[in-house]
Amino acid sequence: MTEPAHIGFVIAAYAVAAIVLVGMVVAVFADYRAQRKALRRLESRERQARLD
Amino acid sequence: MRSLANPTAFLAFAQRVLPWLWAATACLFAIGLWLALFVAPPDYQQGETSRIMYLHVPAAWMGMLVYAAMALAALGTLVWRHPLADAAQKAAAPLGAGFTFICLATGSLWGKPMWGTYWVWDARLTSVLVLFILYLGLIALWRAIDEPGRAARAAAILTLVGVVNIPIIKFSVDWWNTLHQPASVFRLGGPTIAPLMLWPLLVMAVAFLALFVALHLMAIRNEILRRRVARLTMAAATRRDAFASTLAAEARL
Repeated sequence: MTEPAHIGFVIAAYAVAAIVLVGMVVAVFADYRAQRKALRRLESRERQARLD
Repeated sequence: MRSLANPTAFLAFAQRVLPWLWAATACLFAIGLWLALFVAPPDYQQGETSRIMYLHVPAAWMGMLVYAAMALAALGTLVWRHPLADAAQKAAAPLGAGFTFICLATGSLWGKPMWGTYWVWDARLTSVLVLFILYLGLIALWRAIDEPGRAARAAAILTLVGVVNIPIIKFSVDWWNTLHQPASVFRLGGPTIAPLMLWPLLVMAVAFLALFVALHLMAIRNEILRRRVARLTMAAATRRDAFASTLAAEARL
């Protein structure tokens, strides 16, 4: 029933979904790291300003 | 629920829940993909291409569910003034756009071998494309308005206007003559799919839902941290300005 050519569509669909889902996960984790880093930098600056 | 309105309480809650949620998501995807790719039989007419359904349908459900959640958050912003409602709404939009894109892309890849075309301007496909454009419009709106309160209110209003599209998507296959097949799971009279194909579909749907909940909690947490960063940046700038003014005053003396 299935022509070999159709397998390509199934593989492409799973590849697209994997790229988008993994991309969303990576983007959210990268954003978390960036915000944590910025927050740590600002908090240490704030502490320093209080000491000064 | 009310205690979660406090950002600090929310951060502690997210920290506690997220490891369990990620573990559940990984397990659900492992089981769902195994069922979808190795246990579910190929369709008697569509053959192996029917396996695209296990991604396409959960992504479509999530695209609509995320928008419905955003509409609820929009009410939270406009009516109840919940402090985290706009953060929840803003955090959900890119995720909803991602799920809707998967729905459109996998649907297109399923349509080519089955219908002979990647795209038709049929009511179901067009209304889902409108949903995707709505998500992109909302993301653009948040980026275009600098003042967070104004951006949140504008986005909430646009979200509530756009919610009319959700029943149009759901019932488009009943109201108009479309190339897209009618509902076969959530319908009066029960599902028309064989249990061997229905169970993998439901497990994949729960996996998509768990992934969304985990990503959404993380994205809301990112939004809370972003606000703290903005507040501290503003405080540092004010301190710098005050210091510069003091120096200038001393120089004049």
